[in-house]
Amino acid sequence: MHIFGDPTVWLPFAFAALMGVSILIYVVLDGFDLGVGLLFPFADDSEKDRMIASIGPFWDANETWLVLAVGLLLVAFPAAHGDILTALYLPVTIMLIGLILRGVAFEFRAKAPAPHKAAWNKAFFAGSLMTALSQGFMLGMYIMGLEWSWAHAGFGALTAVFLTVGYSFIGATWVIHKTDEHLQRKAVDWASGGIWGLVLGIGAISLATPYVSERIFDKWFSWPSFAYLSPLPIFSGFLVAWLWWMLRRMPFHNDRWSWLPFAAATSLWIMAFGGMAYSFYPYVVPEKLTIYDAASAPESLFIILMGTCIVLPTIIAYTVLAYTIFRGKATELRYD
Amino acid sequence: METLLLSRIQFAANISFHILFPTITIALGWVLLFFKLRYTQTGQERWMEAYRFWVKIFALSFALGVVSGITMSFQFGTNWPGFMEKVGNIAGPLLAYEIMTAFFLEAVFLGIMLFGFSRVPNWLHTTATFLVAFGTMMSAFWIIVLNSWMHTPQGFEMINGVAHATDWWAIIFNPSMPYRFAHMVLASFLTVSFLIAGISAFRWLIGGRTEGVRVALKTAVYTAALLIPLQILMGDFHGLNTKEYQPAKVAAMEANWETHSGVPLVLFALPDEENRENRFEIGIPKLASFILTHDWNGEVKGLNDFIGEDGEVLHPPVSPVFWSFRVMVGTGVLMLLVSWAASAMMLRKSRGVAGLPKPMLYALVGMSFSGWVATLAGWYTTEIGRQPWLVNGVMSTKEAVADVPAPMVLSTLVAYLAVYAVLLTAYISVIFYLARRMSRGERIDPEYPKSEAAVARAVPGE
Repeated sequence: MHIFGDPTVWLPFAFAALMGVSILIYVVLDGFDLGVGLLFPFADDSEKDRMIASIGPFWDANETWLVLAVGLLLVAFPAAHGDILTALYLPVTIMLIGLILRGVAFEFRAKAPAPHKAAWNKAFFAGSLMTALSQGFMLGMYIMGLEWSWAHAGFGALTAVFLTVGYSFIGATWVIHKTDEHLQRKAVDWASGGIWGLVLGIGAISLATPYVSERIFDKWFSWPSFAYLSPLPIFSGFLVAWLWWMLRRMPFHNDRWSWLPFAAATSLWIMAFGGMAYSFYPYVVPEKLTIYDAASAPESLFIILMGTCIVLPTIIAYTVLAYTIFRGKATELRYD
Repeated sequence: METLLLSRIQFAANISFHILFPTITIALGWVLLFFKLRYTQTGQERWMEAYRFWVKIFALSFALGVVSGITMSFQFGTNWPGFMEKVGNIAGPLLAYEIMTAFFLEAVFLGIMLFGFSRVPNWLHTTATFLVAFGTMMSAFWIIVLNSWMHTPQGFEMINGVAHATDWWAIIFNPSMPYRFAHMVLASFLTVSFLIAGISAFRWLIGGRTEGVRVALKTAVYTAALLIPLQILMGDFHGLNTKEYQPAKVAAMEANWETHSGVPLVLFALPDEENRENRFEIGIPKLASFILTHDWNGEVKGLNDFIGEDGEVLHPPVSPVFWSFRVMVGTGVLMLLVSWAASAMMLRKSRGVAGLPKPMLYALVGMSFSGWVATLAGWYTTEIGRQPWLVNGVMSTKEAVADVPAPMVLSTLVAYLAVYAVLLTAYISVIFYLARRMSRGERIDPEYPKSEAAVARAVPGE
C-alpha cells in the first residue's frame, strides 16, 4: 500500500483520476447515443430506425460508465457523494426518469404494436432531452459550488442548453460515421449547425468559471500555469476551425475520413473536460471538500484498486471487441 | 408524512420495481444458453425458435433492469447518505466489484448476444450468451453479499463511528449469504420457469402449437417441478439461519409475542401492535416450534423480548412481515401443486404437452407472474423484518436518511410511481402481444435463414 508513498495521498488521487476518466468516457460514449436521441425529431421514420441501429449494440454498455462513475464517487468519496447528490436531488430524479424512458423506449419502439411506435419514439426523444438537460444543469450547479440561488439556476439553465447542443453535435458526428447517403448528408448539416452551439457553450463556461471562483481565477491566470494552460484554448480553437472547414466539404469521396468529425469532437470533449478537472482539483465538492478529506479508508480503497487494475483493462478490451464487431455502417438491427 | 417514511417508501418502490427484472434475467440467461446449446448439439430448429422468442423478452427485461438499476445507484446518495458515511468502507468495495465484474460484462456482451448472431462465429455467440448469463449471476452474488452483510454483519470494527473492514473473507461469506443467495437464484429460476410455462401455455391455447412452444413449455414445467421442492427446503434452511441471527424477524413472521415452548404455527391472525397480541388467531399447535427447532416443545423467542429498556421497540412491524411471509409461502405451495400436477399429466403415457387439459393450461397462464409475487413477498419479509435496523445491530434506518424536505421526496416518489405503472403495463402487454403475433405465424423480425445457412454465414471464410 505504500508503493507510491503515503496511501492517504496517492489513493484518493488515483480514485479521483479513475472517476474523472469514467465521467469522460461516459460523456463521450453516452454523449453520442444521447445525441442521436436528441436528433430524433429531425429524422423521418426509416432514418430513425437506422439511427437506432447505429447505437443499438452499444448504449447499454455506454450507460454503465455512468454507474461506474457514480459508483466510484459512492465508494471512494462517500462524504462527497451524499453532499453532491442531496444538493442535486431534483435534477438527479429528472435525469433518472429520462434515462428510464430512453432505455425502455429503445426496446418498446421495436416490440410494441405498430400504432404505439410513434409514442415510444417521442418517449425516446423526451428521455434523451430530460437526461441531457438535467446533466447540463447539474454541471452548471456544480461549477457554481452547489449553492441554490436564482443566478446559479440561471447559469445552470445555460449549461443545460449548451450540454444538450454538445451532445447533439457529437451524436451528429456519430451518425456521419455510421451511415451513408441521404441520412449522412443530413447529419453533416446537423453537425454544422451544432458546432456554433458548441463553441458558444465551451466559451461561456470557460468565461464564467474563473469569475465565480477566485481560486480558479488565480489558478488560471497566474504564472507559470497560464503558460501550461494556454495550449488548451489554442488547440481547441484550431480544432473547431478545422471541423467547420471539414464539415462544409463532407461527405468526402468514397466516404473517406467519415470518422474524423467524431474523433475531433471527442478531442474537444477531452480538452474541455481536462481544463475543468484541472480547475477543480483538489476539490470534489467545490470549495468545500477535497478528495483527501472525503476519501474512504485506505484499506478499502486499496482492495478496490487491486480489482480495478485487473478488471478495467479487461472491460476496455471487450468494449473494443464489441465496437470492432459492430464496426462499419449501421445496418438493420436483427436478432439473428 | 415525514421524510423517513417517505424515503423508505421511495426506496422500496424503486427496488421492488428493479428486482422484478433481474429476477427474470438471472435465470433466463441460463435458459437461453440451454436452448442455444441444445440447438448447437442437435441442430433442431425448434430450440432456436424458442431461443429467438425468449431472447426478445430477455432484451426487454434487461433494459428495464439496467435503467431501474441506475436509479438504485443514485438512491444511496440522494436519500440515504448516512449509509455510505458509516459503512461505506465495507459496502463500497462490494458495490465496486459488482459494477466492475458484472455490469460491464453483461452490458457489453449483451450487444453481441442480441445482434451479433450473423456477425460473429457461432462459438463466440454462444460464449457471449454464457458471459451475459454469468454476468447477471455475478451481479446477483455481489449485491446479495452486501445485502446479507446488512442482515448478519461481521468482519469489521468500529473506529470513531465508522466501520472498517478487518476480514474480507468473513464479510463476503457472512452467515446468511449462502442461504440468501441460493434462495434468490432458485427464486429466479422458478420465476422464469413459470413465466415461460405461462406464456407458452398461452400461445398453445390460442393456436400457436409449434415445436418451439412445445419444447419451451416442457422445459419450463419440468424445471419448475424439480426446483420447487429444493426451494422449499432452502427456505427452511434460511429460516433456521434467520432464527439464529435475527430472532426478532422470525418472531414477527410467526406473530409470536411471548417467548415460550410448544409454539403453534399461526395460519391466520390479525396482529394487534397496540395491545401486543393476536386477534382471531387460528394455529396448529406446536408446529412452529417443530419447524424452527425440530422439537415439538422447543422454545422460540417472542417479540416482547425485543423492547429496549426505555420502551423503544426494537423489533420490526409485525403485520407486514407476518402477511408477506404468508403470501410467499402460499404462492410457493401453489407453485408446487401446479407444477407437479402438470408434470404428472405430461408424463402420463408420455403424452407431453398434448396431455395437458385446458384448465391446466389456463392455470399455467394464471401463474405466469407468480414468481414475481413470491419474490417480492419474500423480500418484503426479510427487508421489513430487518427494521428498525439498516445494518442489523450496527446502524438504524433513521440514522442514514437524508435531510431532504418531505414534499420533495413525495413529489419524486409520485413521479417514479407513475412511470413504473406505465412501464409495468407496457412490459406485460408487450410480452402477450409478441406471443400473439408469434402464434399468428408472423415474424417478429425479418426473414431469417435456415440453420445450415445461418451457421455457414456465421462463420465467414469456411
